[in-house]
Amino acid sequence: MLRFLLQRLATIVPTLFFVSVLIFGLQQLLPGDPAIALAGEDRDPDTVRYLRAKFHLDEPLPVRYWYWASGVLRGDLGESVRIQKPVTELILEKLPVTLQLATMAMLIALAIGITAGIVSAVKKDTWWDYGANVFALWGLSTPNFWLGILLILFFAVELGWLPASGYVSPFEDLKANLAAMIMPAFVLGNAIAAVLMRHTRSAMLQVLSSDYVRTARAKGLNERVVVLKHALRNALIPIITLGALEFGTLLSGAVLTEQVFSIPGFGKLIVDAVFNRDYLVVQGVVLFTATVYITLNLLADLAYFLVNPRLRV
Amino acid sequence: MKRITVLAFLLVSLSASAQTLRIGLAEDPDILDPTMARTFVGRIVFAGLCDKLFDLDEKLNIVPQLATSYQWSADNKSLEIKLRQGVTFHDGEKMDAAAVKYNLERHKNMKGSNRRGELAVVSSVDAVDPSTVRINLAAPFAPLLAALTDRSGMMLSPKAAEAAGEKFGAKPVCSGPFRFVERIAQDRIVVERFPGYWNKGQIHFERIVYQPIVDATVRLANLRSGQLDFIERVAPSDIPSLRSDSRFKVAKIVEIGYQGITINLAKSDLAQKNPLGRDPRVREAFELSLDRDAIVKVAMEGEAQPGNQWVAPSNQYYGKSAPMPKRNVERARQLLKEAGVPNPSFTLMTPTTSDAQRVAQVVQAMAKDAGFDIKIQSTEFATSLKLQDQGQFEAYVLAWSGRPDPDGNLHQFLSCKGPLNGSGYCKDDVEALINESRTTLDPARRAAAYDKIAQQVQKDRPVVYLYHRHWLWAHSAKLSGLRTVPDGMVRVQGLRMN
Repeated sequence: MLRFLLQRLATIVPTLFFVSVLIFGLQQLLPGDPAIALAGEDRDPDTVRYLRAKFHLDEPLPVRYWYWASGVLRGDLGESVRIQKPVTELILEKLPVTLQLATMAMLIALAIGITAGIVSAVKKDTWWDYGANVFALWGLSTPNFWLGILLILFFAVELGWLPASGYVSPFEDLKANLAAMIMPAFVLGNAIAAVLMRHTRSAMLQVLSSDYVRTARAKGLNERVVVLKHALRNALIPIITLGALEFGTLLSGAVLTEQVFSIPGFGKLIVDAVFNRDYLVVQGVVLFTATVYITLNLLADLAYFLVNPRLRV
Repeated sequence: MKRITVLAFLLVSLSASAQTLRIGLAEDPDILDPTMARTFVGRIVFAGLCDKLFDLDEKLNIVPQLATSYQWSADNKSLEIKLRQGVTFHDGEKMDAAAVKYNLERHKNMKGSNRRGELAVVSSVDAVDPSTVRINLAAPFAPLLAALTDRSGMMLSPKAAEAAGEKFGAKPVCSGPFRFVERIAQDRIVVERFPGYWNKGQIHFERIVYQPIVDATVRLANLRSGQLDFIERVAPSDIPSLRSDSRFKVAKIVEIGYQGITINLAKSDLAQKNPLGRDPRVREAFELSLDRDAIVKVAMEGEAQPGNQWVAPSNQYYGKSAPMPKRNVERARQLLKEAGVPNPSFTLMTPTTSDAQRVAQVVQAMAKDAGFDIKIQSTEFATSLKLQDQGQFEAYVLAWSGRPDPDGNLHQFLSCKGPLNGSGYCKDDVEALINESRTTLDPARRAAAYDKIAQQVQKDRPVVYLYHRHWLWAHSAKLSGLRTVPDGMVRVQGLRMN
């Protein structure tokens, strides 16, 4: 066990090093001079010179990389040039917002997707089925920003039920928080719901035609018990795997939704940073995300190791 | 009883919300430190936080704010300013001559200051007595007063600035009507009423929340749904529907900036390789092929004022001897024929903003009538700036947000060593006239110099100026006391919710 853990940990170090070089290198490929972009409309030559010196932009790439990497090793991801806030603080401030959005979106997607999938499978080739399929097609083909604006116009402007955009912390006012998050979460969850619906439908159809379901029905079990207790449980296995994979997509897919609904999350942070050439923020956020992915991967490997005795030999 | 309680609750919640002014901004401001700040939108927040020595009125006249009066010396090389007495900063520190001296020196000398250019001519600052400050200049400099109506004239608490150093922007302490409460990046900036404000009778809100909402449609939806009371930079296409809705009012101001096309005349070798940069007749033909009224109508839905100089035709420093040329395609064709290039081709670089793109497309279509073949090169903003600075362009669609003094729209762009001189333009006589316009304080003599510059610039065309945008604001009809000053700032003094 220890050997396995050490082995995996040993691979993390070069992976992270490679990732950090890649992030740093890709950032350099961005066209435009960061000092000029940061110096604002006036682009005062003194300011440009100062910014170049401050961020070591006039030094060779390896030296610049070293400045950044040595800071990262000390736990200092640097500071946003634009608003003078430490990158770590920004990440910690924005991450919970996106996590909440993604979690709510996933819950909405699961609720809609699985229900529609079951109905569609059980009522195969009826108007229920066609309706659910149309919904799935609609969900997959509707652009997030369009649906977002449409919902804002309807629920916020016309009906006045929900706030048009913005964010309130759940610790400040839970009700206001949920009111602000429900529309973006629906928009984000909508496309995933469509995917989940399609998968639930096919998995359910497969399970419903299997022998054990026929046996259950032959035993005279209530159809509801057959579908929800016997069939759904088995059909859910691939759906759970898919849902977990889609959760990662949700985190990155939140970028557009956050932009439309002005939600100060992770996606908005990185998009604004890229456009403003706030490159320490970009590097910090990408490195953080990569580290999280690598860590999760490691945890998954460990879990696999624990549940699979063959690996322990 | 229940009803009364509900009513009372409603009244309380209504009055509580009436005490907060919610402003929707088009972008997220940058550092909230007037010395280092760079963005237009940041200045809107400063209008609530930081008072300045001087302010502008609706006609761009310079009026006192923290100053009460000023006097130039006989040789125009020093400016004596009398200060308002009894003004304190948000931390209780006194706003006196020593504080002004500290601030002007900070703006001028601090590393990373964006105010250096505006204050470059300041040689020293003397605190004559607690309520008098003297600014000594290396040479007479007319635009100084105008600079003091913006961030260079903003006063920060020296104690707080000294303690925070470069981090001052994280928690700014000034002497404006509102003091800083919190900032959540990309979400909101909250300020609250400063009880010790010198002009507190003019303040009718307890709090202001500035919310950056980038998308114009979403910004408007927030206004319509009652979540915001005021939004800046409304999309021109939304104006008709807002006008027909009695719940809202629209305000319109001609900006002090401009939209123009910079032409590479001498920035790099590329200039001479293209007939547009090489031959003034081709540039004249290009300008004659354009119909500014139509450009404004199509690209800006009528929400701009056509113009052909760095200041709008309504400005007192507009050069009347260089009026706006009318479209004349016949003459344009003839000029191209004389120049020996009936079908000149060039690339028009444009940032990816929708305004700039639309302008480029309309210009492309109009110039085609005269025989021009324009290729549009859409380039991400920061990249386009770099290409312009390197001279890697032939023509470039670029907007400038403008400065209250005409010098701020001219010197940096058309003087030989101007930091924003993208065209590479350098003419001795224009240079001498620009210097004259800066060093003389007499408005009539300045106007005469600008008139001559306008005539020459219209012949050389380093920049083909097209129009001056309207700042479009929309707000709740209940909000009154809004002042429409051309610098586009939202002045909070006098604003109230009826």
